[in-house]
Amino acid sequence: MVTRSTDTETAGGDVLWRERLFTTLQRRGAVVVLILVVAVSAVAFDNFLTAQNLENIVLQGAFLGLIVVGMTFVIISGGIDLSVGSMLALGGVLAAQTVEIFWPLALILPPLVCSLIGLGNGFLIARARMAPFIVTLAGLLGIRGLALALANEKPIGIDGGSPFTWFGQGQILGVAVPIIFVVVAFVVGGLVLARTGYGRIVFAVGGSEESARLMGLPVDRTKVIAYTVSGALAGLSGALLAARLSAGDPNAGLAWELDAISAVVVGGTLLTGGAGSMSGSLAGVLLLSILQNLINQVGTLGSYAQQLVSGVFLIIVVVAQAYLTRRGTY
Amino acid sequence: MEQRDPILEVRRVTKRFPGVLALDGVSLELRPGEVHALVGENGAGKSTLIKVITGVYRPDEGQIFLGGEEVSFAEPRESQAAGISTIYQEINLIPLLSVAQNIFLGREPRGSLGLIDRDRINREAAEILERYGIRADVAAPLHSLGLGVQQMVAIARAISVEARVVIMDEPTSSLEAREVETLFGVIRQLREEGVGLIYVSHRLDELYEICDRVTVLRDGKVVHTGELTELSRLQLIAHMLGRELAEVEAEGATGFGEEHEAREEPVLQARDLTQRPRLHDISFDVRPGEVVGLAGLLGAGRTETARAIFGAEPLDSGSVKVSGEEVKSGSPAAAIRAGVAFLPEDRKSDGIIPDLSVKANIVAAALPRLARAGMVSEKAQNELVEEFMQNLGIRASSPDQPVRELSGGNQQKVLLARWLCMNPRVLILDEPTRGIDVGAKAEIQKLVDDLAVNGLGVILISSELEELTEGSDRVVALRDGAVVGLLSGEEITEGNLMEVLAHGGGSGYGTPEDGNDADE
Amino acid sequence: MTPMNRAASVSESLDRSAVASWVRGRGVYVAFVALLIFNLIITPNFASVATFSNLLIQVSPIVLVSLGVALAIGTEGIDLSVGSVMALASAFLPLYLGYGWPVALFVALLVGAVAGLVNGSLVAFVGVQPIIATLAMLVGGRGLAQIFASGQLLIVSDPAVLALGQGRLFGIPAPVIVAVVAVLVVGFLVNRTTFGRYVVAIGGNRSASYLSGHPVRRTLLLVYIISGLLAALAGIVATARLGASDPSNIGILIELSAITAVVVGGTPLSGGRVRILGTVMGALLIQLISTTFIANDLPFTWAQVFTAAIILVAVYLQKGRGAA
Repeated sequence: MVTRSTDTETAGGDVLWRERLFTTLQRRGAVVVLILVVAVSAVAFDNFLTAQNLENIVLQGAFLGLIVVGMTFVIISGGIDLSVGSMLALGGVLAAQTVEIFWPLALILPPLVCSLIGLGNGFLIARARMAPFIVTLAGLLGIRGLALALANEKPIGIDGGSPFTWFGQGQILGVAVPIIFVVVAFVVGGLVLARTGYGRIVFAVGGSEESARLMGLPVDRTKVIAYTVSGALAGLSGALLAARLSAGDPNAGLAWELDAISAVVVGGTLLTGGAGSMSGSLAGVLLLSILQNLINQVGTLGSYAQQLVSGVFLIIVVVAQAYLTRRGTY
Repeated sequence: MEQRDPILEVRRVTKRFPGVLALDGVSLELRPGEVHALVGENGAGKSTLIKVITGVYRPDEGQIFLGGEEVSFAEPRESQAAGISTIYQEINLIPLLSVAQNIFLGREPRGSLGLIDRDRINREAAEILERYGIRADVAAPLHSLGLGVQQMVAIARAISVEARVVIMDEPTSSLEAREVETLFGVIRQLREEGVGLIYVSHRLDELYEICDRVTVLRDGKVVHTGELTELSRLQLIAHMLGRELAEVEAEGATGFGEEHEAREEPVLQARDLTQRPRLHDISFDVRPGEVVGLAGLLGAGRTETARAIFGAEPLDSGSVKVSGEEVKSGSPAAAIRAGVAFLPEDRKSDGIIPDLSVKANIVAAALPRLARAGMVSEKAQNELVEEFMQNLGIRASSPDQPVRELSGGNQQKVLLARWLCMNPRVLILDEPTRGIDVGAKAEIQKLVDDLAVNGLGVILISSELEELTEGSDRVVALRDGAVVGLLSGEEITEGNLMEVLAHGGGSGYGTPEDGNDADE
Repeated sequence: MTPMNRAASVSESLDRSAVASWVRGRGVYVAFVALLIFNLIITPNFASVATFSNLLIQVSPIVLVSLGVALAIGTEGIDLSVGSVMALASAFLPLYLGYGWPVALFVALLVGAVAGLVNGSLVAFVGVQPIIATLAMLVGGRGLAQIFASGQLLIVSDPAVLALGQGRLFGIPAPVIVAVVAVLVVGFLVNRTTFGRYVVAIGGNRSASYLSGHPVRRTLLLVYIISGLLAALAGIVATARLGASDPSNIGILIELSAITAVVVGGTPLSGGRVRILGTVMGALLIQLISTTFIANDLPFTWAQVFTAAIILVAVYLQKGRGAA
């Protein structure tokens, strides 16, 4: 803990001012960067600011975005969820398998099942006190195996005529349905995080778990809820993706957990927990999506360069954040 | 005070941990409108008792009654809901959240739509702070405020809940005099309202000012309960230490007591140590065979000074010389090579490497000396470990036992061994006897005393004034990161020290330039 | 020991809690032996030299990268980039074969070391979290590898290089020899050198390690460089075995196998202890699980589920010792 004099107007005053600026930059910087990147891209590329292209960007990011909402809660609470990519795949497979039986099941069952898995994760982590990395790593492997086994390792087709596909391919007022879902998720998630008692406790648990316990806060319950929500959103995303692609692919979502973590970190949330924002995570997802889009615009680079650029981008952002964190009021 | 039914009763509670009987048949009665002092040395069981009352621990035997009804709490949440509010010694709040958020955490006022009303939180938090005379920006993150203010926020949180019992564990350890007065005003108000208070402190003046009755714990047992007015201070200390009154009067309360003979040439010269924003131009000397105490309230910069000398944090300006040679700043390795050793304040987070063995912990700093071409000599290592385990009386089942399984006193001895086996010239001790049982404490104090007699230069940081006054040959008093006074020899008394710390600077005791040897 | 103490210690070792504690530390060996016996009984044609030889050859690259990951985990860090570094080494190898196989091997190893240097610098000097730094390398490294190889599979035909993957020395397959040597070297580093002591101290309590004068940053840097070197070595061996450089596919998801091997083998994720032999055993166990499922015509996907369950059990058991 930092020791300072009680009166903030001391000679150390302008030091404090600078440190607060760095902290604010680290926490809210992603939104600023997002605006800058959009502005620069609009100038550099003619096609960028078209409705079609923008919709593409948001749509590409929507499925990851749903996962990122859940991941934000989990990381702020001090944990991590590596199993989201596999839960997405499982969600898609379950959707494809149940759509023939009774199509609403395809939308309801995946989030339900995956939230139960998330519940299991949360239970092992909060009650059995096992490390989140390990528990969700096991989840990553086991659930992927489950998805592959259920689907016989091949994508399962979904009849294009089924009403279910509307959820992935349809539109409401000209906006693609998945986008509606992810916007609602971010808005609700953001409100819960910033403006509800539960959200406050998530920050408290991530900030100092022991203190939170001594303050009488329901630490275990809070963590379990976070992982359950993460599972539910991953399952939902999987179902929507399957609806969009008209197929439940057991190999979907490979390495998506890493993308989700990247988006959250780029958005300014501390990996150690206790600080972050939903708006930052949203900016993070959009930035990653825009990056992909820009690479495609350039055209000649191909998927290999995409990966390289993503990696370099992540390093630059993280280094900048590390610098800001060190000089900030942490 | 009329006799009323106790609001809280602890009846013959026993609590065991592996290898230690923390509480042995402890009973305590708290009446409404009473301020009940709970005293005892470190390790006597005070913290454990509080944790049992609040539900952090479950008692192995015994019962607890609240308002006449038996209760059994499984976690802190339940005791709080039942009306027991606790203020801990370590500030158990969330540093990254704001003052207002911390005060209302878990019970935020809601606005429309059931969402948290941020404005109302800030407003009501400001009101609460004002009511108790606390000056702070409610929107500021907690960690950016001074420790005293943080503690006041913790107190404000604890009492803004409707509580029947309020437990305060060393509440004044981070407070300045003015804040202590505020706290006492709050306590008197609570007393009027019929709240029962348990007040844990080792500051006898405070106890005698504000408390009605006292319970003294020693080695997990209650050794005295009664009115404070019927007990003199020396009698109280005698109870706490388990020594005869006459003995305490004669010898003083600690394991220190030898005469040290300091040599002339300083072994350590600290000059103008500055580390913004915490330390400003700190200078003092340490001579071989001398114990220099660093005194100050929490936040004064004692630990920061120690760490700066040891190179744990780089200096903005200033220098440290050991035996005349300047030591590179910002490198513990360089300080160690020059002969400086540092025993940190928090053994758990900075001292022991918990999963490693006693053996590995002892040799941690000595590795470069025990290895040739990068390979560690098992033989040299084992010999060294055996020698020091014996010399210091470290009790462990074997050198391979994981160090986390040892008692606090033995862990501290392991850390001492780590440094003593390096044959240091200067030993810096930051709260060396904190959290250690009475017996081991006296042992360690005597050990340090003997080391000084044998020519080691020692810097001693302690918040226990009598440890400081009885153990030091000279005392450097710090306040807000600067030296405000120097006391030597006969001048070192608790009263003088407290005066220097409170009023600093012009109290007539040595200024920083006196008492230091001339520079080159 | 007095007779009293001896009697007490005998009865203590028969104590259930002591047995449980022993199992916790050696669980992976027990599990491996149990699975081995199961296979000897159930699986047709299991007890043959070919089976064991195959098992050891296939596990060799995993062992190599697991050693590096174990070191990283020992410092309370992690290295997710090992698969991508394999790809990088694999991509560079054929490019320099024109200068002769020693140069090519050197460059491939150097690439791994440089990748490790980047990881280590980010972690040690910039203060980036290891999971993020090595994640960036995981993503960027493979992309870089594919760019250098122009996304193609390149045949490798240099006999010296091929020998590393397909040759034998005294009947033992070359990859196995490489792995064994690496295990011995890393094991020596961890158990007998000051470097090894620094690694476990940093992972056990970084602050205490720093205050004991340990070269924290230098050690972290070295850990990631070594991990990079081992990953490059694994990439070379895998390429040699395949007879071709395939940067798109080589080492995919191997970081998961490595972490699993390390964790199941008894090295806690929280750092402070490195079990080299346990890690090797963990890798063998995972490989044996795959082999068991394949040889018995069971769906391979269930092997993954089974492995996940093993991880949970292993970590749950370890918890009792204050690890994980």
